[in-house]
Amino acid sequence: MTGANTAGPDREVATQNLNRELTDKGFLLTSTEDIINWARTGSLHWMTFGLACCAVEMMHTSMPRYDAERFGVAPRASPRQSDVMIVAGTLTNKMAPALRKVYDQMPEPRYVISMGSCANGGGYYHYSYSVVRGCDRVIPVDVYVPGCPPTAEALLYGIMALQRKIRRTGTLTR
Amino acid sequence: MSDALKELGGFIEARRPECVVGWEVALGELTVEIAPSNIRTLIEWLKTEPTCRFTTLIDITAVDWPARAKRFDVVYHFLSMHQNHRIRLRAQVREEDIVPSITAVHPSANWFEREVFDMFGILFSGHPDLRRILTDYGFRGHPLRKDFPTTGYTEVRYDEAEKRVVYEPVSLVQEYRQFDFMSPWEGADYVLPGDEKQTEGTK
Repeated sequence: MTGANTAGPDREVATQNLNRELTDKGFLLTSTEDIINWARTGSLHWMTFGLACCAVEMMHTSMPRYDAERFGVAPRASPRQSDVMIVAGTLTNKMAPALRKVYDQMPEPRYVISMGSCANGGGYYHYSYSVVRGCDRVIPVDVYVPGCPPTAEALLYGIMALQRKIRRTGTLTR
Repeated sequence: MSDALKELGGFIEARRPECVVGWEVALGELTVEIAPSNIRTLIEWLKTEPTCRFTTLIDITAVDWPARAKRFDVVYHFLSMHQNHRIRLRAQVREEDIVPSITAVHPSANWFEREVFDMFGILFSGHPDLRRILTDYGFRGHPLRKDFPTTGYTEVRYDEAEKRVVYEPVSLVQEYRQFDFMSPWEGADYVLPGDEKQTEGTK
C-alpha cells in the first residue's frame, strides 16, 4: 500500500473489550495461571543446538521470511538464559554427554523440541555404530518435528505446537 | 593430459626404482604402487624434485581387503600446484605392519594419519600424537574395517538413577535390514513388468 493509511480502529472485539476495561478501571483482572502462561509462551528463548543440516533450517526460521521473533522466540547462545532447546541434527554418541550436560544447565521450566529424523529416531543413521537412536534416549522431548530436514515452516509449526502444549498443560503442576 | 601423466609415471619409476612397484594411468589419473618401507623418502623426493613438486597433500586414506594377505591399501593423494598434476600413491600393508609417518614432510598429514589409525587401526611410526580423532572416547574397534558390524557394539542412554549417560550393548528395536546393494541399472537382473515387450519388438 502506497497511499495514506486508511486502516480504521482495531475491530477485534476482545482487544476493544480489554481496552475499555483498562480505560474504565485502570487495571485488568486475570488469573495468575493465565498471566504466567502468557509470559511463558510469549517469550520462549530457544537455545540453538545445531548439530547438522537441520541447523540451517533452524536459522531460516528466525530469518525475516518466517521471523520466529514475532512469537517472542529469540535465539540465545547460553543454556542458562534459554527456555527451550531445539535439537537440530544428528546426535552422536560422543555428543550425547555434552547434550545432557547442556540440558541440565537450563533453568526450569525447560522444554525440548526434537527437530528432524536424526534427532527423532536416528533417521538415516539409525543402524550406525556412532549415532544415538533418537535424542529422547538422552533427554525428555516435548515436541517432535518430522522431516529431513523439516522446512522452516514445519519448525515454526513445532514451536507453535509447543506453545499450545504449554498453555494446555498449566503452570503449577508441571 | 594422460600423456603427461604417463611421462610422469615413467619418470618416477626410472628415478626411484627401489620405491616404485608399478604404476598405471586409469580414468585420467596416475596411480603409483609403492613399497611401504620407503614412503617417507619417496614423498620427500616428490615434494622437492623440480619436475614433480607435489607440495600439497590432499588426503590420506586406506582400503580394507579382508581376503588379501596384505590386508590394507594405504592411499596418498598429492597435488602439484606448480606442474598442475595430481598423483595417487598406494601401498599395500599387512594388518600388523607399521607405516612410516610423513608428518615431518607434510605437517597436514597429522590428522589424516590419526583418522586412518582410528578407522582402520593402521599404526604409523614417528607420529607425534597417534590417538583416535573421530570416534567416541573409549571407543573399541576400527569402524571402516569390513569385519566391524555397522551397528557397532555399544549404544548410549541417559540413566535416570545414575544421572549420567551410560553405555550398553546394542539392542536394536527394529531388526537390521540387509540390502543386496545391486543397482537395478547394472548388477541385478530384475524383470520389470513390460520389459519383455522391448525384446519382442526388436525381433
